Amino acid sequence: MRRVQGCLAVVVLLTATPLLAQSKAKVTNVPEIPYDSVANALKLPDNLYLGEGIGVATNSKGHVYVYTRSGATRLFEFDQNGTFVKEIGQDLYGFLFAHAVRVDKDDNIWAVDEGSNMAVKFDPTGKVLMLIGRRPEAVEGLEAGPPPGTPPPNAQPYALGRPTDIGWDPQGNIYISDGYTNSRVVKYDKNGKFLKSVGSRGAAPGQMNTPHSLQVDAKGNVYVADRGNARIQVFDSNLVLRAIYDHVGNPWTLCITPGPHQYLYSSNSYPDSNPAAARDITGEVYKMELDGTVVGKFGKAGKQLKEFSTIHGMDCRNENELWVSEITAWRVQKIVLHPQAAKPTSTSAAR
Amino acid sequence: MKRTLLISLVALLLVTAGHAISAQQQFGGAQLAVPEIPFDSVPNFLKLPDKMYLGEVPGVATNSKGHVFVYTRTGTMTATLGGSRVFTHNGSRLFEFDEKGAYVREIGVGIYGFLFAHVVRVDPQDNIWVVDEAANLVIKFDPAGKVLMTIGRKPESINVRNYEPPTPPAAPAGRGGGEGGAPAGGRGGAPATPPVVGAGVAGESFNRPTDVGWDAQGNIFVSDGYGNSRVVKFDKNGVFVKMVGHRGTGPLEFNTPHSLAMDAKGNVYIADRANNRIQVLDNDLNFKTQYLNVGQPWAVCVSPGAHQYLFSSNSNGIGNFDNGEIYKMELDGKIVGRFGEAGKQMKQFGSIHEIDCRNENEILVGELTNWRVQKLLLKAPSNSTK
Repeated sequence: MRRVQGCLAVVVLLTATPLLAQSKAKVTNVPEIPYDSVANALKLPDNLYLGEGIGVATNSKGHVYVYTRSGATRLFEFDQNGTFVKEIGQDLYGFLFAHAVRVDKDDNIWAVDEGSNMAVKFDPTGKVLMLIGRRPEAVEGLEAGPPPGTPPPNAQPYALGRPTDIGWDPQGNIYISDGYTNSRVVKYDKNGKFLKSVGSRGAAPGQMNTPHSLQVDAKGNVYVADRGNARIQVFDSNLVLRAIYDHVGNPWTLCITPGPHQYLYSSNSYPDSNPAAARDITGEVYKMELDGTVVGKFGKAGKQLKEFSTIHGMDCRNENELWVSEITAWRVQKIVLHPQAAKPTSTSAAR
Repeated sequence: MKRTLLISLVALLLVTAGHAISAQQQFGGAQLAVPEIPFDSVPNFLKLPDKMYLGEVPGVATNSKGHVFVYTRTGTMTATLGGSRVFTHNGSRLFEFDEKGAYVREIGVGIYGFLFAHVVRVDPQDNIWVVDEAANLVIKFDPAGKVLMTIGRKPESINVRNYEPPTPPAAPAGRGGGEGGAPAGGRGGAPATPPVVGAGVAGESFNRPTDVGWDAQGNIFVSDGYGNSRVVKFDKNGVFVKMVGHRGTGPLEFNTPHSLAMDAKGNVYIADRANNRIQVLDNDLNFKTQYLNVGQPWAVCVSPGAHQYLFSSNSNGIGNFDNGEIYKMELDGKIVGRFGEAGKQMKQFGSIHEIDCRNENEILVGELTNWRVQKLLLKAPSNSTK
């Protein structure tokens, strides 16, 4: 790893990142789902700190995996009671800037890193099983980004451009949302062989503007959080566009529950630049049928328990016990929903 | 005629001297006949374990038990090459010592937000707050050292490039600072009025923030800072309430609001460093008054208790031995006395960057260029003046 040491003789200049335009969801009259947040759901040992809560996922035993931008990017495992178990991948070559962690049906743990441009598959014990993408060679220095306004170059089959998320269909095919630099969804077979990709930068149907999260339902349909376009795009497993849901704000992260009746959760997260102007129109999570019908919503922007400061990762293995990780509060919350207590509004949410 | 010319020249100098040193020399040390406060410096107050070093000490603060927290720039900020970006880590550490100066522990080992220390402060509940200038973060730790709240966000990527001196007169940089900033509009041609620099964006978009304080209700006040030039008020839960200020020299304008202190009534004292003044704001961030007679304030501190005092350090700049004294003042700006001078020996100061005055006669100072904390014991003022 090549490192550049900044010393006091240089001035540190902040990269100006544009404010993300965050929009109010179009859907109205959505029932509020009552919920609680479990205090201190994760117990961290002394002198171990979470940084930005980027990814969170559970396995079949209820163990919780947190992929965090700490001093370095790190992956932690906790048991079903929130007790710290271990760190996975300490000093791993592929851990540069966390983006997502997901657990597949065989309890393998997958980390998607937007700094190293890699997806790393660990077996349940934490051994590396497979890699997709490759960390750019540091010896070549920084890559020059394309000039502003120009489309990115054609995406290569095995080179990811700041990838964001990963999912699998029942056959084990792998889908990656890719990402900030590319604007596509890539499909690999279960052995990591490239099959197909779809998408380019833009706002037309099938195009994407930061595909930021991805989930696959039991039929193999692929749900893509097309964040910058404020919509969820649904593709079938051949990556043919099937539907667009544009009524739930800017989706930052998606989650689909298991079981015979699957639900889709989508977070219209409070922007990470914490602008006062977006505080009252963002921060909520929507619960939807797979066809886009909104069932209910919960949450609001803020730093307290039961409030959300830029949700970036979401786990819904249990439909009423969600784990959410937040960027700017540096934490993970366990959210318990009480949908039976929801009061229907006069007009049911239309879609 | 000559006199008029001289005054004009002085005024011009004052206006154009964006850089402190010349302005500082103009103002010099301030008013005449200030009593000298005798004082001692406690030798070897902080006992560091072997192989542990302080670097520059921008931050020092005590809690209600007298424990001392030191936020220091030490080690090296490291930038790691990603594909098209660099990721920054490390560069600052937070240490705790007990009331006798014995080392207790380190807080925030390997944490995401410690890049370039600016201050540490302890609130009435003994929570520990740090302000990191490069990470654009205010971080609140509980007394045990767990993170309770963050305000602001560390930039995902920080470009490191060679220093380029600004070309005076500093042309407004177009944007309002922070992440984006300037209001929409004016795209089609030259704006009718010059763009406002340093106003920031309503919310948490800090741009090199400098200090934090609280009023009796727990509202949070942040001076922000080098990039922005504003003061921001949040409620106790971190919800944005209000902001004031932009770059400039008038009331509620700032040129590096570098330090912030609160009195018991909730008034806000801002060390408006390059403007050579302390601005006093009320709790709703309205301008109340300003003190122009204490040189260039780098660090301010208000003591607790029934009779509160305001301390302000006219610190020497990096690379000179000018000034360096601390003023003790009434809250209304009346100077009670002064002590100290620039230098490297005990009882001398190397660019004091933060003052702790929980005990008005036992002052802790953190020094940038001497890499140390001194504990100062003040005695009754003598009759000698300077």
